[in-house]
Amino acid sequence: MMITPDIQVALSLLIPLIGAVGMALCYAAPNLRETVTLVTAGALFVNTVTLLQVVLAGGAPEYSLISNLPGLEIAFKIEPLGMIFAMVASTLWIVNSVYSIGYMRGNREPKQTRFYICFAIAISAAMGIAFAENLLTLFIFYEVLSLSTYPLVTHKGNDAALKGGRIYLGILLGTSIGFFLPAIIWTWALTGTTDFTQGGILLGHAGPVVTGILLFLFMYGIGKAALMPIHRWLPSAMVAPTPVSALLHAVAVVKAGVFSVLKVVIYIFGLDILSGNFATEMLTWIAAFTLIAASTVALTKDNLKARLAYSTISQLAYIVLAASLVTPMAMAGGAMQIVMHAFGKITLFFVAGAIYTATKKTEISDMRGLGRQMPFTFIAFLIGSLSIIGIPPLGGSWAKFYIMLGAVEADQLFVLAVLLISSLLNIAYLMPIVIRGFFYPPLGKSDPEVSVGHERSMITRANIKEAPLLCVAPPLFTAFGCIVLFFFIDPIYQLLLPILMP
Amino acid sequence: MNALFSQAPILAIVIPLMGAPISALFRGAVLPWAIATMLSAASFWFSIDLLVHVNTVGPISYELGGWEPPWGIEYVVDPLSAFVMMVISGISTGVLLYARESILKEVSTDRLGMFFAAYLLALAGMMGITITGDAFNIFVFLEITSLSSYVLISMGERTDRRALFAAFQYLVMGTIGATFILIGVGLLYAMTGTLNIADIASKFDAIAHTTPVRAAVGFLIVGVAIKLAMFPFHIWLPNGYTYAPSIITAFFAGTATKVSVYLMIRFIYTMFGEDFSFGEIPLTSMLMTLGVIAFLSMSVVAIFQDNLKRLLAYSSVAQLGYMTVGIALASEMGLIASITHVFNHAIVKTGLFLTVGAIFYMVGSTYIKDLAGIGQRMPITSFAFVLGGLGLIGVPLTPGFVSKWYLVQAALERGDMVGYGLTIAMLISSLFAVIYVWRVVEVMYFRPAPEGAECKEAPLSMMIPCWIFVIAIFYFGIETSVNIGFAEAAASFLMGGAK
Repeated sequence: MMITPDIQVALSLLIPLIGAVGMALCYAAPNLRETVTLVTAGALFVNTVTLLQVVLAGGAPEYSLISNLPGLEIAFKIEPLGMIFAMVASTLWIVNSVYSIGYMRGNREPKQTRFYICFAIAISAAMGIAFAENLLTLFIFYEVLSLSTYPLVTHKGNDAALKGGRIYLGILLGTSIGFFLPAIIWTWALTGTTDFTQGGILLGHAGPVVTGILLFLFMYGIGKAALMPIHRWLPSAMVAPTPVSALLHAVAVVKAGVFSVLKVVIYIFGLDILSGNFATEMLTWIAAFTLIAASTVALTKDNLKARLAYSTISQLAYIVLAASLVTPMAMAGGAMQIVMHAFGKITLFFVAGAIYTATKKTEISDMRGLGRQMPFTFIAFLIGSLSIIGIPPLGGSWAKFYIMLGAVEADQLFVLAVLLISSLLNIAYLMPIVIRGFFYPPLGKSDPEVSVGHERSMITRANIKEAPLLCVAPPLFTAFGCIVLFFFIDPIYQLLLPILMP
Repeated sequence: MNALFSQAPILAIVIPLMGAPISALFRGAVLPWAIATMLSAASFWFSIDLLVHVNTVGPISYELGGWEPPWGIEYVVDPLSAFVMMVISGISTGVLLYARESILKEVSTDRLGMFFAAYLLALAGMMGITITGDAFNIFVFLEITSLSSYVLISMGERTDRRALFAAFQYLVMGTIGATFILIGVGLLYAMTGTLNIADIASKFDAIAHTTPVRAAVGFLIVGVAIKLAMFPFHIWLPNGYTYAPSIITAFFAGTATKVSVYLMIRFIYTMFGEDFSFGEIPLTSMLMTLGVIAFLSMSVVAIFQDNLKRLLAYSSVAQLGYMTVGIALASEMGLIASITHVFNHAIVKTGLFLTVGAIFYMVGSTYIKDLAGIGQRMPITSFAFVLGGLGLIGVPLTPGFVSKWYLVQAALERGDMVGYGLTIAMLISSLFAVIYVWRVVEVMYFRPAPEGAECKEAPLSMMIPCWIFVIAIFYFGIETSVNIGFAEAAASFLMGGAK
């Protein structure tokens, strides 16, 4: 059988599922099982890269699975935005799998087979979301993603995990059934289609009021975008093992949310119908509020993962904010933020996990002086932080830059002020971790007095006690990715161009 | 058409009916079960045959004993009745496949012959109600079904003596319902001089304004509502479902109330006609109000149950509320939603009750507190329950989602505040479903199992049918040409056929 790009679209979903079956079969042999994971992740990556070549050449492979309801089918079609999301997810899955092995073994976590299987299913669902041709398909895989990650969130199985899982699933299922689904059905009732179409499908079918209501149903229905006040699930989900937080709550789940937001705004509403609508402006304000408020809350969190969780909420709001500006530049910024934040935030989560694996420390106040013990880990953290703050030469700066351009284009100058304040807040809650790590003595100890001119580096070979290699290499790799992405922004921009300039 | 097939309408009924006394003659653990299973499967086979035939060629009219209607009894197989027959006999066959080991634990071996005789009678009765085109015949089959179900429910007395009370309660309620239906049929007979449904329908408009006919309509609707366990006539159902043997609960959950939904549709659309039902008398507002109260209140009640079977039973009452609302919407879309939900809910709820039966088989209890740690002790069964629960919630890729899509669509189609309100109410109710399903899942997976509990699955003969249902749930949630296709055919037949 010839493997055409169309078949490859189906393969993107199938490969992780086949891998999951393989992992289940190898449950008794951990080494073999992990090999299956890595091979699967590698195969998916190769598959996605070849698809990328096709899309870059202007192709749009599609695959129709089944006609589920009359006039509605489960179908996939690749467009640039989805391609970017798929690339990010499949690339980081490899890194994350390596990291998972280090972390899960380092911490002797139970039920590892279930962990890897659910992970693979979640990735498959993420691929389904990325390539969905219509809202129905997107919704289906959105729900699959919520459900398949539930066992991951509650992995520890204790009361805290149970409670976190309850909030996680409750909010995600609740909003999606309560708002997202009616919004989809309503859209279908108005237009007779749910296909993602360049320029939107609602134009001419919905008045300004209906558009406004629909916009809010969508924005709050897509609970994974964590717009306040439905952000509570994200901090709750942090009870999960760190690799889960890293890939799912910095990449797959939350990015599936904001990706859906961008998709809906660009392909369902279309920029024309939204610009000037009162609801759009309100959304801008809500996103701006979420952005600042979440950063402020992050300042108060002493638990590293909780701080990162609130940071994620804030960073996701950038994308919703970009979407609400409804200008091409802002959309480009939003799409870039998906990539940049993924690389930055996964680095930070990796570091949090590495610290936990090496020292079992979770509170920031306990991490004083830890940089001397784990210099590589903390350097990775520094780079990731700088990228999230948006300082050149790191990838994150492009996203912020384009969103600012978009704000100017949309004549929303207050957004610039919001972005500025937010960047300062980012510095305030991320930098102290690094500063304490390197410049403060460890808890209960004090640095020896040295006379000027005789300072010695506190980082010595004897002092270094890093986490296992498999926990340290991944954050270094993704941190390096943050730097590389700064210089390779043009391909991403070129890829996005067709949807920005119709 | 071959000779055997020309008799298919009667064969689908007579096979289980005649099988009942045969089964009663046999003793032992296996033979009665084997007879019942084979006969039910044969009935299923004929039903599928009929369904395909009706949808390709057209409705069949079968004259019983060669007497022409309206004097003789007529069997009418149209897209709706064929569809419901397929559901009933299919569910029955699936449940029987599972029954062999499960029932041994709950009913003493020397009664099994009688037990399966009653089972076959109940099946024959339900099939008969669905196929007959004669109003009095409906009552006859209704009584056959009811009497045998009282017996079947009371068979649960070996595990819990309260089964006897539950059966008695059902007997009182069911008899009132059946009597109401009989009175209604009698009044209609007095006014029209005929018992044939098509014949009554053709004469109905001329006499629709008369008091006896209006009284008849009232009696029929209320009578069916009692049988349907429509809120507020539902109290017999949770008790009956809770204390009946596992397979009986599974069987009735998929069939008994569904037949009543069928009767409701048949009376409203075929006999009274849409214009009368929704124009002359305010059935829409009445049924819709009751339906909405049913699915909202019963979902809340389900959340607070401590017995899993009772929880699922209340959920059934809630789901019947959806079907009632679908009928009450008086539109083709609403009718499709209702009819497809008959199928979808039957398959999901029966599957769930079968997994609960498997748990009961191993643990000996269906109290939620006793299910702690089942996720570790019986992983395969528990996972089947989770998947079935997803179907109940209506997650995409399950049939529950398909029904919900159509129902919301039908509600939005109205385009008024009632429609929007209805949509909101339905979505809230789905969220309640998330809560009551997840409450159980949490106990199953997160409470530690009691000390010394052994890890053992139910026998394969029970696991395989369970998983057949689970796979079917996902199959019909994705490939919807059967449930939606035939439901659409039935709905358009009813709407087009309505006067």
